Amino acid sequence: MKAFQFIDARDLRSASAALGRDAARTRLLAGGVDLLSELKERIIEPETLVNLKTVPGLNALRLDAKGLTLGTLVTLDQIEFHQGIWKSYTALAEAAQSVGSPQIRNVGTLGGNLCQRPRCWYYRDESINCIKKGGSKCFAAEEEADNKFNAILGGGPSYIVHPSDCATALVALGAMVKYQDARGGMQTVPAEEFFLLPTENPARENVLRHGEILTEVMVPALAGARSTYVKFKEKDSFDWAVSAVAVRAVAAPDGTVRDIRIVLGGVAPRPWRCPRAEGMLKGKRLSAALLNEAAEAALEGSKPLSKNAYKVPLTRVLVRRAVNQAVTGKQMA
Amino acid sequence: MPKKIKTVVVENGFEKEVEIEVPDGPPASWGDPRSLRILGKRNPRPDGPDKVTGRAKYSSDIVLPGMCYGRFLMSPYAAASVTGIDISAAERIPGVKAVIAIVQNGGQVMYHGQPVACVAAMTPEIAEDAIRAIRVQYVAKPFVVDVVKARDSQAPKVRAEMMGGNVQYPGENSKGDVEAAFRGAAAVHHAVYEAQTRLHCCLETHGQTVKWDGDKLTVWASTQFVSGVQNDFRGMPGGTKNVQVITEHMGGGFGSKFGAGPEGLFAMQLAKKANAPVKFLLNRAEEQLANYRGPGVVAEVKLAAAADGTLLASDVMTWNNGGASNAGTPLDQGFYIIEPQVRRAKRYGVLTNTGGTAALRAPGHPQAAVIYDMALDALAAKLRMDPLELRKRNHNDQVRVSEWELGARVIGWNRRQEVPGAATGTHKRGIGMGSATWGGGGRKSATCTVHVRKDGSILATSAVQDLGTGVRVYVKGIIAEELGLELKDVQADIGNSDFGPGHGSGGSTTTASVAPAIKMSAVRVRELLTATAARGLNVKPEEVELAVGGKFHVKGNPARGLTWKQVCALLPAAGLKATGDWNDASDLQATGVRGCTFAEVEVDTETGKVTVLKVVGVQDCGLVLNRLQAENQVTGGIIQGIGTALLEDRRMDNITGRMLNPNFEEYKLCGSFEAGGVNITMDPPYRAMGANERGVVAIVVDNPTGKVSGIGEPAVIGVQSAIANAIYNAIGVQVTHQPATPDKVLEALQKKGARA
Ligand SMILES: Cc1cc2nc3c(=O)[nH]c(=O)nc-3n(C[C@H](O)[C@H](O)[C@H](O)COP(=O)(O)OP(=O)(O)OC[C@H]3O[C@@H](n4cnc5c(N)ncnc54)[C@H](O)[C@@H]3O)c2cc1C
Repeated sequence: MKAFQFIDARDLRSASAALGRDAARTRLLAGGVDLLSELKERIIEPETLVNLKTVPGLNALRLDAKGLTLGTLVTLDQIEFHQGIWKSYTALAEAAQSVGSPQIRNVGTLGGNLCQRPRCWYYRDESINCIKKGGSKCFAAEEEADNKFNAILGGGPSYIVHPSDCATALVALGAMVKYQDARGGMQTVPAEEFFLLPTENPARENVLRHGEILTEVMVPALAGARSTYVKFKEKDSFDWAVSAVAVRAVAAPDGTVRDIRIVLGGVAPRPWRCPRAEGMLKGKRLSAALLNEAAEAALEGSKPLSKNAYKVPLTRVLVRRAVNQAVTGKQMA
Repeated sequence: MPKKIKTVVVENGFEKEVEIEVPDGPPASWGDPRSLRILGKRNPRPDGPDKVTGRAKYSSDIVLPGMCYGRFLMSPYAAASVTGIDISAAERIPGVKAVIAIVQNGGQVMYHGQPVACVAAMTPEIAEDAIRAIRVQYVAKPFVVDVVKARDSQAPKVRAEMMGGNVQYPGENSKGDVEAAFRGAAAVHHAVYEAQTRLHCCLETHGQTVKWDGDKLTVWASTQFVSGVQNDFRGMPGGTKNVQVITEHMGGGFGSKFGAGPEGLFAMQLAKKANAPVKFLLNRAEEQLANYRGPGVVAEVKLAAAADGTLLASDVMTWNNGGASNAGTPLDQGFYIIEPQVRRAKRYGVLTNTGGTAALRAPGHPQAAVIYDMALDALAAKLRMDPLELRKRNHNDQVRVSEWELGARVIGWNRRQEVPGAATGTHKRGIGMGSATWGGGGRKSATCTVHVRKDGSILATSAVQDLGTGVRVYVKGIIAEELGLELKDVQADIGNSDFGPGHGSGGSTTTASVAPAIKMSAVRVRELLTATAARGLNVKPEEVELAVGGKFHVKGNPARGLTWKQVCALLPAAGLKATGDWNDASDLQATGVRGCTFAEVEVDTETGKVTVLKVVGVQDCGLVLNRLQAENQVTGGIIQGIGTALLEDRRMDNITGRMLNPNFEEYKLCGSFEAGGVNITMDPPYRAMGANERGVVAIVVDNPTGKVSGIGEPAVIGVQSAIANAIYNAIGVQVTHQPATPDKVLEALQKKGARA
C-alpha cells in the first residue's frame, strides 16, 4: 500500500474536518478489514487515514422497549453474541453471524460493514478501470464477462451487488441510519433510502458524501415481529452472499400475515425490497402456492447477465424459505 | 560369514583405528509388524508444538541484519510486447538497493503475472514503491485464456513460433479395433468432461532468503528439495559452487517447489547487487499468479460395455491446458485403472496465455480419475448396474478389491440410490466412489548419518526436508526402534544440504527413499556398539544382544550386561558415526499402491448446494511407519479433494486476460465447514458408519508386502471422483464441468429437467 498519514480523530467534527472534501486524499478508518484490503490492493491510495475508533461514544449498544440502538463502532461480534438481539432482531444477529470468519467479526464494525465497498472482481482489480472507479464501462455487463456473482436486479450502469449482510437485514427490520452531514448537522434516513442504485451515482453505494460519517443505526421495536436472514454462500466457512433474503413478519395467531418486509441481498447494487411480493402476502395465510407466487413476484424484473441466470431460481427458493421461517417460525420441510 | 568394518576404539586411554569383525546377520528387515514398539503406532510429530507456538522457523521467518526485501513487477497483460523498460526512477528511490530488468526491450510477456523486473529494498513498502516506479511500455497483443477457444485455428497464437494454432504435442495410443467394439456394445456412454485447472495454494508462498558471505551463499528456502535448490544455484548465471540450503520447516509445496525458481534466482542476483541479504517471498496475490498451476483438462470420453458389464472399449480425446508451457497427459492410455479390452486415446496439449504448469499432488491423476470415474458411473447407470460391481467385473487386483469392499462397508454403500437421482424430496443424498493408483517406491538419494556421542546422546542428520509429512518422527522412530530406545532419545536434524545428498520430495517417494537409509544407519550403529559392548564384556560380538531399553547383554544372561550409557562411555572422544545407504536395504521398500475414496453427499436440489456428509479414504502404503502421519496424509488428501470437487476454480477473464481471483477470498479452498465434519479414527475391525453419522474416516490398511511405500499423493486422487459420483448418485445427472459449484449443479439439474 501507499504510505499515508494517520490521524486519530478526537470527535466527529474533527474527523469530518480531517477528511475534508477530496475523496482521493483521505479515508475514514473503522475496523479496517475492508479498508486495508483496498489499500493493499491499491484500489484506493489516500494520503491520510482518519481513525474513527478514537472518537468516544460511537460503540454504545442500547436495547430497550423502543428498539435497538447501535453505535457505528459496535463490532459484528458484539451483535452476534447479544442474546437480546437474537431474541428480538434475529435477522440482524443472523446476518452479523454470517459475516466472514470469527476474526473478521471480531474487528469489523457495523458501520464498516454497511459502508464496505463491492466485491465485484473487476472493481477489486487495480488494473481494471471500471465504471465504479471512473472508467467508462461496467466490465461485468459484457457477454464475455465472468459475472456469476453480479447483479440480476437493479443493475446499470454498474452491475455490482451490495456486499453487506447487515444492510439487507437492517432494511428488512425497518432500521434508521443516522449520520453527520458535511455541514456538521445530524441526518436520519431510513436504511432503505441510505443505499443507492448506480443510476444515481455509479461511484457510490450510499448517500454519504465524502466527509460524512455514519454514527448510529436504530432499529425500531415491533410487537409480534419475527425476522430471519437466510444467506446462501458457495463456501460456508467464509463467503459473501451469492444471494440472501431478509424477512421481518408479523403473523396473527391463525397464521395470517399482518405485516411483512422482504429484502433481497447479493442480487442487486443495493438491498432490494420486494413491495409487490409483500403486498401479495399481507392479509393471507401461507400456502405453497402463495409462497411460489410471492417468490415469483419478488424476482420480477430480474435481468440476468450472461453467467448468472442461476441466481433467479436460487433466490426464489430463498424467498420461500425465509418468508416461511419468519411467518411460521419453522424451517421449511 | 562375518564381515570386517573399520572403527575407532579406545585402548588404555588411547584411540586407534582398528578393523573389527561383526557377525553378518540376516539382511535388514522391518521385523514382524506386531512386535514393533514405535513404528506403525500413532506417534505425534515432535515439531507440532513448535509449529503451533511459532517457534518453528520457516524461510519467511528468517530475518538477518541489513536484510533487503525482494519483489517482482509482474506483467498486467496476458500477452504483450515490451517496447521499453526504464528502471532509473526506481533506482533513485532512497532505500532501494538493487533493480533488475528481467524482460528486455523487445521481449514478450505471455501471461498476467509474468515477472518483468525485480527490486530489492530496505523495507517491503519501499520495494513496493520501487516496482511501481519502473516504467514499462507494453504493446498489448491479442490473447486467449480459455482452453476451448485456444483450440480454434483462428485463436491468437500464444507462442509466435507455433505453427497451426495453439495445439501441440499430439499423441495417439490405441489397442485393438475400437470401431468394432463400439458396434457390438450393449451400452455406450459419450460425454465431454472438464477437470479444472487448480492452483497449489501453498500456505507458505514460494520464496527464499539468501545471504552472500564472499563466494559462499546461504539459502533458507521454502522447498521440497534442498539439494535441487543447491544444484540450481550452482548452475545458474551468477551462482556459486559454495551453496548451503536450509529448510528447517516449510509450508507446503504440492509439487511446485523443487528448484530455486525465479524467486531464488533473482534473490541471489539482487543480493549480490545490493551487497545485502535478500528475503524474496511472494505475497498471496503473486503466489496465485506465479508460474505454477495444476493443468486442467477437457476430455471427450466414449465408453462401451457388454450387457454383463464387461468393458469393451474406450475412446478418449483430451485437451490439456498447458498454459504458456506444457501440460501433463492424463488419460493418455484411454483409461484410468479399469482397463477396457480395446481402447484409443488421442491427446493434445493446448497453449493458453495463463502461465506455466507444475506437478500438483499426483499430477494428472485426480483429473484422469474424476473424468474416467464419472464416465464409468454413467455407463453403469445405462447398464442398470451397481458401479462397484461394474468395476469389479473389469478388475481383479485382490488388494484393490478388498479396499473397495472395506470402503463400501464403512460408508454404507448399500444405502446409495440404486437408480441415480431416485431419492425423493428437495434434499437428496447420494454415495459415490473413486479409485487411485500410484507408485510410491523409493530410490537411492538422501543418506542418513547417525552420530552417537560418548554421553549416549544420538543425533541423526539427513539432507531430506520435511515437506509437512512428519519426516522427523520416522527418522527418530526407525533409529529408536532398532536400538531399543525411545523417540525422545534420538534427535533429528534434517533439511540442510550440508548433510549429504538430498532427496526431492516428489512422487511420494520420500519415505521409501529415506527410510531404508535411516534403517541401515541404525543397523550400522547397532553393529558397532555391539562390538564395543562385546569388548567391554570380554565376549565375542556374536555373543552380545541388544535389548529394549538400550541394554547390551550376553545372550542368555541378561544379568551380565552394560547399559546404553555405559557402552557409549567406552567410545572414543568423538563418539561414533555411521551412515546408511539405500542400496543396502532397497528391499525394505516397494512401489505400487492402490487406494480408494467413498463419499456421501447431500444436494439441495433447489439451491445447488452440495454438502459433504461423509468421506471414507482407504489407502495402503505398505508398512506403516507412523500410523498417525499416514492417516493425516489421507485426511489431508480428503480435505484438499473436497475443495477441488466443490470450490476451487481459477477464473480467467476473457475480456482482460487477467486472473480475477488471485487470492483466497474468491479462489476458495476447503474450509472447516466444508471438510465433512469430524475426523473419525478407526481401527480394525472397521465399523460401518451410521446413516446419519457425519465425518471423515482415514483408513490406512496394512499391505501384506511389509515394505515401505509413499502415501501423500494417492490419498488425494479418488476424492474428487467420489464426490462427483456421489452428486450424480443423488441427483441423477452429472456435473461434467468441475468443480460442482451451485451454479453448475443447478444448470445440470435444469438440463435434466428439460430432458425428462
Ligand atoms: C475475508 C473476508 C470476508 C468477508 N466476508 C463478509 C461477509 O460475509 N459479509 C459481509 O457483509 N462482509 C464481509 N466482509 C467485509 C467487511 O470487511 C466486514 O464485514 C467488516 O464489517 C468491515 O468493517 P470494518 O469496521 O472493518 O470496516 P472498514 O474496513 O474500517 O471500513 C469499510 C469502509 O467503510 C467506510 N466506513 C467505515 N465506517 C464508516 C462510518 N462510520 N461512516 C462512513 N464510512 C465508514 C470506510 O471508509 C471504508 O471505506 C468480509 C471481509 C473479508 C476480508
